[in-house]
Amino acid sequence: MELVVFAITAIVAIVGAVAMLLSKNAIHSALFLLLNLGAIAVLYLLLRAPFLFAVQLIVYAGAIIVLFLFVVMLLGAERAEDEQDRIVWQRPLALLMGLLLLGEAAYVFFTRGGGPVPVTAQVNEDFAAPVRISEVLFSTYLLPFEITSVVLLAAIVGVVVLNKQEHREER
Amino acid sequence: MVPTSYFILLSATLFTLGVLGVLVRRNALVVFMSIELMLNAANLALVAFAQARQSLGGQIIVFFVITVAAAEVAVGLALLVAIFRTKRTTDIDEISTLRG
Repeated sequence: MELVVFAITAIVAIVGAVAMLLSKNAIHSALFLLLNLGAIAVLYLLLRAPFLFAVQLIVYAGAIIVLFLFVVMLLGAERAEDEQDRIVWQRPLALLMGLLLLGEAAYVFFTRGGGPVPVTAQVNEDFAAPVRISEVLFSTYLLPFEITSVVLLAAIVGVVVLNKQEHREER
Repeated sequence: MVPTSYFILLSATLFTLGVLGVLVRRNALVVFMSIELMLNAANLALVAFAQARQSLGGQIIVFFVITVAAAEVAVGLALLVAIFRTKRTTDIDEISTLRG
């Protein structure tokens, strides 16, 4: 039963990713990415990570996609890329290298990685409940948690600084 | 219980699709979205291993990666808007000189 859910969600995720790459319109790409992020959130739920399921939907699907959509609409960037590439062989070479990367990953997966992952014998359904996450996050990982708040502050300051405009000419 | 290797294979596929997006597309915003797709693929692999080993460390890493990715998207988009103000285009082939 879980395998069926996994198969459907995986197909939705891959279809979303491929559609995001092939869309001519950047707004359609953002919406397909939203579909993909929703599918990944469901996969987190399958992997017994309810807290990450909620965080993924709130932060990624809720905030980041909305930010992308704002910027796409602000810049009017939804137009297609009509002109030719500057380097004509760029796209075929990129497709070839991407397929090589996928081939390499599949090769490693089927020859070395196909064996069983070392799994701990006792599977606890509740091991990543939000209570457990908070116990670990605020004790063992308190320092990275505080540093993350500094990172976010730096990002806010950076965004404000990058958007400052010189007003001297207008006066 | 779904085998962990299935999740890893899915993660590798999504990562490769993200790499393709960065290499093939010219709209800077779609390039950013492909980078986010790559980050999500890596997060999926981390959570899969965290579940296999019943270890919370993997999920905590993903929590921080999501946070840092949000900060990175904010700064990256601010950069793009700043570039757009002068260049009036989001086509990365046009932004080929270091002049602003």
